[in-house]
Amino acid sequence: MHSKTLAEISAGLQQGDFSSVEITRAFLDRIERLSPELNCYITVTDKQALQAAEQADQQRSEGKAGPLTGVPLAHKDIFCTRGVKTSCGSRMLDNFIAPYNAGVVERLDSAGMVMLGKTNMDEFAMGSSNETSFFGAVKNPWDLKAVPGGSSGGSASVVAAMLAPASTGTDTGGSIRQPASLCGITGLKPTYGRVSRYGMIAFASSLDQAGPMTRTAEDAAMMLNVMSGFDSRDSTSVDREVPDYTANLSDSLKGLKIGLPKEFFGEGLDAAVADTVQAALKEYEKMGAELVDISLPNSGLSVPTYYVVAPAECSSNLSRFDGVRFGYRCENPTDLEDLYKRSRGEGFGEEVKRRIMIGTYALSAGYYDAYYIKAQKCRRLISDDFTKAYEKVDVIMGPTAPSVAFNMGEKTEDPVSMYLSDIYTIAVNLAGLPGMSVPAGFVDGKPVGLQIIGNYFDESRLLNVAHQYQQVTDWHKQTPDAYK
Amino acid sequence: MSLDASEVEKIAHLARLGIDEKDVPDYAENLSRILGLVEQMSVVDTSHVEPMAHPLALAQRLREDVVTETNQRELFQENAPAVEDGLFLVPKVIE
Repeated sequence: MHSKTLAEISAGLQQGDFSSVEITRAFLDRIERLSPELNCYITVTDKQALQAAEQADQQRSEGKAGPLTGVPLAHKDIFCTRGVKTSCGSRMLDNFIAPYNAGVVERLDSAGMVMLGKTNMDEFAMGSSNETSFFGAVKNPWDLKAVPGGSSGGSASVVAAMLAPASTGTDTGGSIRQPASLCGITGLKPTYGRVSRYGMIAFASSLDQAGPMTRTAEDAAMMLNVMSGFDSRDSTSVDREVPDYTANLSDSLKGLKIGLPKEFFGEGLDAAVADTVQAALKEYEKMGAELVDISLPNSGLSVPTYYVVAPAECSSNLSRFDGVRFGYRCENPTDLEDLYKRSRGEGFGEEVKRRIMIGTYALSAGYYDAYYIKAQKCRRLISDDFTKAYEKVDVIMGPTAPSVAFNMGEKTEDPVSMYLSDIYTIAVNLAGLPGMSVPAGFVDGKPVGLQIIGNYFDESRLLNVAHQYQQVTDWHKQTPDAYK
Repeated sequence: MSLDASEVEKIAHLARLGIDEKDVPDYAENLSRILGLVEQMSVVDTSHVEPMAHPLALAQRLREDVVTETNQRELFQENAPAVEDGLFLVPKVIE
C-alpha cells in the first residue's frame, strides 16, 4: 500500500479499495519502524493524523470528498502548523508551538489531506545537505552514508523511502530541486508569488517559494492545484488565476524547443552526471522536441550574487529572534544586550550565524553599495539572460546538481564547497522562475536529477514536459532496496 | 577581502550574536572565504544596470486601513519565555 503514488491513493480511496484510516496507519507503521534510522521526521503527528483520516472517511461517506481527501502527506518543519511544534530545524524554535496554520497548510488541510508529521531540514533552510539541523543529519535512503541534499532533505528522504507519498518543501536557492535530485524524486519550485509564503518561516523573502515534492509529475500537479493561489496575508502573493495543472499533462512535446545553456554543461559538472543528462535529452528528441544551444552568460555570477542577497535578507528576517517574545532564551541574562546576544548565540547554529554575519556585513554602512547594490545589479543581469533565452526556447534543461549525493561530512569543513552544490539551481530563484527536478538515471547507484526550468507562471508546461518523460522512462519508479 | 578577529567581533556585535572567543578565528577564516566568493561579482561592469530588488516587477499592494487582526495576546504569549500580567519580561533596562 505504501508504494502507491498520490494519484493511485486518490483513486483507491475513491473506489473504496481502502480507507484513509487504513492508508494513514500503513504509513504511520512504516514511519515508526524506519524513520529513526533515516532521522527524516522531527515530529510525527500520529494522533492528529488518525483523527484527520477518520474525518476524511466520514466526509467521503457523505459524498463530500475531493481528489485529495484522506490522502496522507508530510510537511517540512518550516511551515507553521497550529498546535504542533514548528522548529525550522533550529534549537531557537525547539520549544515553539505554532499558534496558527501556514497558508499552504490551510489549503492542503481544506482539501482533506492528512498530515503525518513534520520533516527534518537544514536549520532555517540554510544548507544543501541537511547536516545543519539541530536535530541531526538526515540520511539518504539510497545510501545511508550519503546526504539527502538540503535544505528540504527530510522531505526528500521521506518521499524516497516511502514514509509519505508526498511532502511540502521550500526552495530559496535549490532546496526543493537539489534534494529531489539527490534522493531520486520529483520536486517543483513554482514561480515566485504563485504559492503563499504566509506562515512559512522566512529565510530570504525575495527568493523563498514553497512547492510539492512527490514521486511523479502527475502527483506534483495534483498538489500544486491545491497549494497555488492568492493570499492577501502574503504581500508578494500574485493575484492570478490558477489553471488545472493536471489538464495539459498528456499534451504532445512535438516541436517543443528545449534550450541547453552551455554554462550548465561545462567545468564543475561530473562527467557521468553529464552523460546521464544527455541520455535524458535524447529521450526528448525521440518525443519530437528540438534541442537548441543557448547561453546564459551571467549565470556564473549566480552563486556570488546569492551569497549577498540571501544572507542580507536572512540577517534582517532573523533579527526577530531576540529571546523575548518566542523561541529560545538563555539562562540568567545579566542585561538586555546579554539576553539578545546569548539567546541568539546559543539558539542559532554555526551556518546560520555565518550567514547572519555575512548579511550584516553586506548591509553595514560603507559596504552597502559595494555588496548589496552590486548584487542587486548582478541579479538583474542574471534575470535578463533568462528573458532573452525564452524569446527562443520554451523550456531550459540541464543537470539539477553537479554530482550525485556526496558523503556526510565531505563538505562541512568548507562552506564555499557546500554552496557550489547549488550552482545550477540558484539562478532560477534569483530570476523568480519555476523549476523542476525529475529522476533521470543513476550514477554509482545514486540518483541523478534532470532540471527543467520554465518561463514565469508556466508550471503547466513544466509538469507536461516532466510527465511525458515519465511516460517513456521508469527512473521515477525506482525505489531503494531497503525501503521497498 | 579578508576579515580579522576585531572585524568579526564588530559584525557579531552589530548582529547581536554572542560567539565564543575561541571560535573567532574559524569565523574569520570562513567569512573571508565567503567574501572571496562574493567578490567574483566585480568581474562585470554594472554601472548602467538598474538594481533588481524583487523577481516580479510588482507594486506594493495597498488595503483599506481597517482592523484585520483579532486580539490573541494570550495565545501568542504561550510561546514567550517569560510573561507577567500580559507583559513580556526582560532584564531591567531603566535604573
